[in-house]
Amino acid sequence: MTASTSGVITLHVNGEPHTLTVDHRTTLLDALRERLGLTGTKKGCDQGQCGACTVLLDGRRAVACLQLAVAAEDRAITTIEGVADGGRLHPVQQAFIELDGYQCGYCTPGQICSALGVLDEHAAGWPSAVTADVRPEAGPPALTDDEIRERMSGNLCRCGAYTAIVRAVAQAAKVVSA
Amino acid sequence: MTTATTGGPATRAVGTPHVRLEGRDKVTGAARYAADHPADGLAHGWIVPSTVARGRVRSLDDASALKMPGVLAVLHHGNASRLTEDFVGTFGPDATTQVFQHDRVPYLGWPVACVVAETPEQAREAAETLAVTYATEPHDVDFRPGHPGAYTPEEMAVGPACTEKGDVEAELAASDVVVDAHYSTAEEHHSPMEPHAAMARWDDGRLEVVDSTQGAYATARDLALLFGLDPASVHLRSEHVGGGFGCKAQVRPHLILAVMATTLLGRPVRVVLTRAQMFTLIGHRSPTAQRVRLGAGADGRLRALEHTALSATSTVREFIEPSAQYGRSMYDADGHRTVHSVVRLDVPTPTYMRAPGEAPGSFALECALDELAERCGLDPIALRARNEPAVGPVSGLPFAGRRLLDCFAEGARRFGWDGRDPRPGVRRDGRWLVGTGTAAATFFTGARPSTAAVTAHADGTFTARIAAADIGTGARTALTQLAADALEVTPGRVRVLIADSDFGDAWLAGGSMGTRSWGWAITLAARELRERLALGEDIPPDGLTVRSDTEQAVNSLAAYERHAYGAQFAEVAVDPGSGEIRVRRMLGVFAAGRIVNPLTARSQLTGGMIWGLSMALHEEAVRDTATGGLVNTDLAGYHIAAHADVPAVEADWIDDPDPDDPVGIKGIGEIGGVGSAAAIVNAVWHATGVRHRDLPIRPDRVVLMPRP
Repeated sequence: MTASTSGVITLHVNGEPHTLTVDHRTTLLDALRERLGLTGTKKGCDQGQCGACTVLLDGRRAVACLQLAVAAEDRAITTIEGVADGGRLHPVQQAFIELDGYQCGYCTPGQICSALGVLDEHAAGWPSAVTADVRPEAGPPALTDDEIRERMSGNLCRCGAYTAIVRAVAQAAKVVSA
Repeated sequence: MTTATTGGPATRAVGTPHVRLEGRDKVTGAARYAADHPADGLAHGWIVPSTVARGRVRSLDDASALKMPGVLAVLHHGNASRLTEDFVGTFGPDATTQVFQHDRVPYLGWPVACVVAETPEQAREAAETLAVTYATEPHDVDFRPGHPGAYTPEEMAVGPACTEKGDVEAELAASDVVVDAHYSTAEEHHSPMEPHAAMARWDDGRLEVVDSTQGAYATARDLALLFGLDPASVHLRSEHVGGGFGCKAQVRPHLILAVMATTLLGRPVRVVLTRAQMFTLIGHRSPTAQRVRLGAGADGRLRALEHTALSATSTVREFIEPSAQYGRSMYDADGHRTVHSVVRLDVPTPTYMRAPGEAPGSFALECALDELAERCGLDPIALRARNEPAVGPVSGLPFAGRRLLDCFAEGARRFGWDGRDPRPGVRRDGRWLVGTGTAAATFFTGARPSTAAVTAHADGTFTARIAAADIGTGARTALTQLAADALEVTPGRVRVLIADSDFGDAWLAGGSMGTRSWGWAITLAARELRERLALGEDIPPDGLTVRSDTEQAVNSLAAYERHAYGAQFAEVAVDPGSGEIRVRRMLGVFAAGRIVNPLTARSQLTGGMIWGLSMALHEEAVRDTATGGLVNTDLAGYHIAAHADVPAVEADWIDDPDPDDPVGIKGIGEIGGVGSAAAIVNAVWHATGVRHRDLPIRPDRVVLMPRP
């Protein structure tokens, strides 16, 4: 690798800085998986269509396959490995286990990171395409099953675990907001 | 050592809900799939697919590629190691394994080279810039009814291509009511979320492989055969698999190339398919063109049933989508005929895909029955009740239980079917037309020989080993429950290890036969172990192990029609202006033997039902006859049901005991996807009055089909 096609960057992942030399073409997804050993973030399509590689960038959802690693410097990156609080699972993770919100588990890290984003976006009052009243003064809509489905639709699940995922996100929302 | 399993009451792990044992690993990202395993000195392979649909590779500029940064090797037909010709694997002869063994291009997307480099970026760039020229030949990818190349073989992989009894034509002529309808289904792709991946390396004379496969043992055995290796020298693991649905049951090019490359380079090599390659290298479900002719008396009793089905295969290997077999066990008629034909096209080779045959076949036949019910002025459930066969319509064998009508009764009660207004096109909800539909479902109950080993340890715990696969089915958890009950201990004392070819021969996760086949082997070994411990046998320091092999037991099963059954219900809303169809709710009630783990079983059944929804409304791979390739080899163009497409989907079951069955477990992996598309299509008719006979029912098809 010549100097012109690679660079030294520092990625802040799950609260830890990692300094590494990357090929400029390296996606954030490949940097996480191949360079930092954080293989919890999955590659389902590598073109931003399936959501399996969803991570949080500065708290907001992003597909890591469409992000170059060099562009993720100075962002706070949260991957599935950073969702639990030490040994204590996040309510979303707990709900996925209890309600069987998965089958093969491959889309699960992306679904969970996406659900975290959904809960934050909803709490911040963001409407979705199915929100009936989008006026700011209307406040956050009720987090109905339809709202969850709409907001989670960037995350495909071929096993068809959708109904249980929606239940899990709804249950976690109650725990988080309690 | 104490005989730890005696004295207590039998536990009842089976039948009670258990969360997945690997759940914590799956929600924390700790679960490692095939592409997640690290290795020192790992090199990366990237497959170069052909860009023409038929012809020969004329030139391939590997010299230029080898000069690119990081490139270690360019494998192709001119330098690749030789594989076993006339390879016959677990699923019979399979020339799709002959990667780089010839210069022929049988379809667009066939692998012509594989670049191996230090990093994925380097491999990808060299692969994408590799100059390949072809001597092209005219291709034919145009699947259509009446194709002159269609032929009817003697046998399909799953049975005879044709069955016939009585005189169909005479019975049709004597019928009061005749339905004669053509149906078509689109080319479908498995599209598991995990693309196929394999990592291979040689370690002390042994080939160590991690692969995303539905059967570690079968894949290892086939791989050894293909490379001419001693089977004992191949060790293959597949601890976690990100969905299979039939496309991970065979040796695929990524695995072959990882082995070729590691053998050449002497370092670990990983090959992962791109999403686009997932549409060409791993099989798919052929499009089908089907015709159903039903003749009945005015009372709805069938006199004639004819189901013919045409599918496509490749020029490389014959695979027939067995759509017409659905009626062979489901409905009887004095004149009864089922016929499969197939046409060889310049397309990739199709393969088993979740509910092979049953998914498209049940769509056609269950929709035709709905048309017959309408013509006879009968409720669709009453029509099916009038046509319950006493014995297997084709086999003449007795049924080992057939609780189809009980499924309908329970489903009708819960869905609120009774009192349904049969008239189509009369229910409005704003811009929506609303309707309900139903259909039957069945899937055969099979078992395949498997081996297992169960070990008692001195500390009172147990380890079971079996080369099973958990592709999302919950097999790991279900087998733990079964082992615990057979040992009469709590599941917490049992560890089940799976997905390792060293554990010996076992059936793969396919044909809805996994849990039945593996559970049988585990139960036999565990029971014998418990009995020996009960008799006071000592546990040596390295444990007391009992092995089982179910081959004899499986082969001595009495001949019956063995099936699971189900009743599918759906409510849809159709906007005739935009053509949009929304499924509002689905209910499936199944009779599927002993349910081992209600929590994961419900997930699997609803997952199958969602496949039916996706087949009915969304999935369609579109082939461009000019290039010969698909135009939508990605998950934006090939739409599978997403969250927003999927309403409340409920699956439940009724008791389905079979005291004469040695296992009592039936498969549930596929039956959810049988009849579910038909229920939706029948509901669309009830909503609109329009019979859609071509899947998927795209919005344009709704708009262009005028309402009566």
